[in-house]
Amino acid sequence: MAVAGRIAVRRPALAMRLGRALAPYLLVLPGSTWLILFFLFPLLTLAITSLMSGDFVSGFQLTWNFGNYTYGLALYATQYTHSVEYGVSATLIAFLFAYPTAYWITFHAGPRKSAYLLVLLLPFFVSFVLRTLSWETLMGDDGPLLGPLKSAHLIPSDFRVLATPIAVTFGLAYTFFPYMLLPIYASLEKIDKRLVEAAEDLYASKFEVVRRVIFPLSIPGVFAGVLLTGIPTTADFVNQTLLGGAGTTMIGRVIEQQFEVSANYPLASALAFVFMLGLLAMLLAYQRLFGTEELMRAR
Amino acid sequence: MTRDRDLPEFLDAAWLRGLTQTRITRRTALAGAGALSLSAFLAACGIGGTQQNAVSHQNWVWDKATKAGTLDFANWPLYIDTAEDSAGNTTYPSLVEFTKQTGIKVNYSEPIQDNAEFFAKIAPQLQAGSAIGYDIIVVTNGIQLTNLMAKHWLTELDPTKLSNFFQNGSKRVLNRSFDAGNRFTIPWQSGFTGIAYNTKKISREINSYNDLYDPAFKGKVGMFTNTQDTGNLTLLGMGIKPQNSKPSDWQKAANKLKGLRDSGILRKFYDQSYIKALSAGDTVISMAWSGDVYQANLSAENTDLKFLLPKEGGVIWTDNMCIPLGAAHPLDAITYMNYVYDPKVAAQLAEAINYITPVSTAKAVVEQDAAAAPDAATRDSLQATANSSAVFPSDADLANTSYYRELNPTESTQWNDIFNAVILS
Repeated sequence: MAVAGRIAVRRPALAMRLGRALAPYLLVLPGSTWLILFFLFPLLTLAITSLMSGDFVSGFQLTWNFGNYTYGLALYATQYTHSVEYGVSATLIAFLFAYPTAYWITFHAGPRKSAYLLVLLLPFFVSFVLRTLSWETLMGDDGPLLGPLKSAHLIPSDFRVLATPIAVTFGLAYTFFPYMLLPIYASLEKIDKRLVEAAEDLYASKFEVVRRVIFPLSIPGVFAGVLLTGIPTTADFVNQTLLGGAGTTMIGRVIEQQFEVSANYPLASALAFVFMLGLLAMLLAYQRLFGTEELMRAR
Repeated sequence: MTRDRDLPEFLDAAWLRGLTQTRITRRTALAGAGALSLSAFLAACGIGGTQQNAVSHQNWVWDKATKAGTLDFANWPLYIDTAEDSAGNTTYPSLVEFTKQTGIKVNYSEPIQDNAEFFAKIAPQLQAGSAIGYDIIVVTNGIQLTNLMAKHWLTELDPTKLSNFFQNGSKRVLNRSFDAGNRFTIPWQSGFTGIAYNTKKISREINSYNDLYDPAFKGKVGMFTNTQDTGNLTLLGMGIKPQNSKPSDWQKAANKLKGLRDSGILRKFYDQSYIKALSAGDTVISMAWSGDVYQANLSAENTDLKFLLPKEGGVIWTDNMCIPLGAAHPLDAITYMNYVYDPKVAAQLAEAINYITPVSTAKAVVEQDAAAAPDAATRDSLQATANSSAVFPSDADLANTSYYRELNPTESTQWNDIFNAVILS
């Protein structure tokens, strides 16, 4: 039994050991600084402001005034409902339009896939406020679309699209359409086409292929799309301001007006905080229903 | 405060200030941020809260103010006379004339689109005690102006430097309830909030606030998102003088609006876009601002809009020039404020923008200009301006109008909450 000799293992120098120990922390430092500065700090400020009382001129003082929450909720409960109502329906509508579109581009568009995608996304290169404003002009009561239909007596003369909940919902669905389309397209694109062939070889009908193979495999994309669309549609206030009417106000608008116009910072903060918590609760419920696994895969 | 001294001509004051003033470096900014966050948590939090006592001469800068030769003027869009020079650039004849007379160069800009929005932009700077970069700003009487005055964020005006104003200002502008004694502000122009309708779509006579409630116009009626305009005009429509109104009256007015909303007659509460909706036919009758209707009829293919003050009474508002605290060139600013009260200048502005001028004697100048006009079209248009009740309202017109209800901070929260419950529904 020969001993093959000894290898002297020297401990690395102190500086190197220190460097190795610190490396992970240094790596997360930029990200965590960012989060602390631009997320945690504002969040904390918001929470503290929501518990203040006073007025703009004499200043706001922290008085642990939880009354802001009860008062705000009592005053603006319907606007929260509007937000959820329009946000959820807009997400659903965007999904119903985006899924078939993404499906067709992936499986039937052949070599011109990217051209079709570009054409679909081209309008979104323009500022969305401008696009919403042009919808407002287009859908006007005597506008280029409804005007001729009215003079041809195809629709009643008091028919209108603008200033209705439907206008708001479709406006939202349109504005955030790409956020639904792109994740779904990405997950469909990843599907191994041989799986589809295999299903067809086993006598699955076109519909069965979609139901049993394609849709289940695309769920991560759908999950991500719903998140990316659902959150901004619920929080949006521009579509509602431009396309909505009396009685269609969403909570985002109320918060904006309380901050800017009424300068009632505590009430606005309380409203924003409730909204954030509500949204978080909805997301958690959604994640429970559709599973963490999907969320992980969607990444 | 540093003392201003006369500098030799080759030294530019602004350049010198840049050299001598401590600048914000990254380090001091970070230290500032640290201090800010610390104080935010340690001092257990408060926003603002430095209301000074209303001592006379709170912000008196005039003893050491000197002429700088520059003026930074922030105004609303489409609110001054313009012309095009040979190179196609926009010039402002009245400002050019001012520079010629006084040697003061004017940096004219139009950053103000909305009182609340502009106020939200400048308030943090004023709160921090730093200058906002403008020597004159134009603010409508209302919650924001009340806040600016209550916070003492405006420079008190020196009446001895405003001889034109006291000599030529019409009776109405010399005596404004919201700034008694013209301590902080003098008017730029004024306007009415009333009703406008499309004469092509409505054939019957419109003369009352209650015409907005006619079921025949179902889904075609517009009002303002601005709680002040909608609230005050509704109070007047119910026969209540805004200035004497109580919160119970505000609630009654809000309930009346709620009824209108629920009946489906009201289409929407609009911001500035109401004029577009009215021109495009989305609404046929709407609350409106006087000058807009004039300009809409001028520009659009649509010339069928008519503005009127409801018989129950209309609202008059005034946009006021004021000098924000810390303004770099206060003496140049007050010189200009005095200059626009020259009847000739006032006439020049009135001819261009057609709002209510604060100088009633400008009417004679407009009439002279009309008589001397080179062609018939110009003469007719100038004559129309001279006779327009939207530029030179009669005493009867004015008697039938009220200013917005003045609101102290507590009342303004209450007012906003009551009316927003309908407007933001």
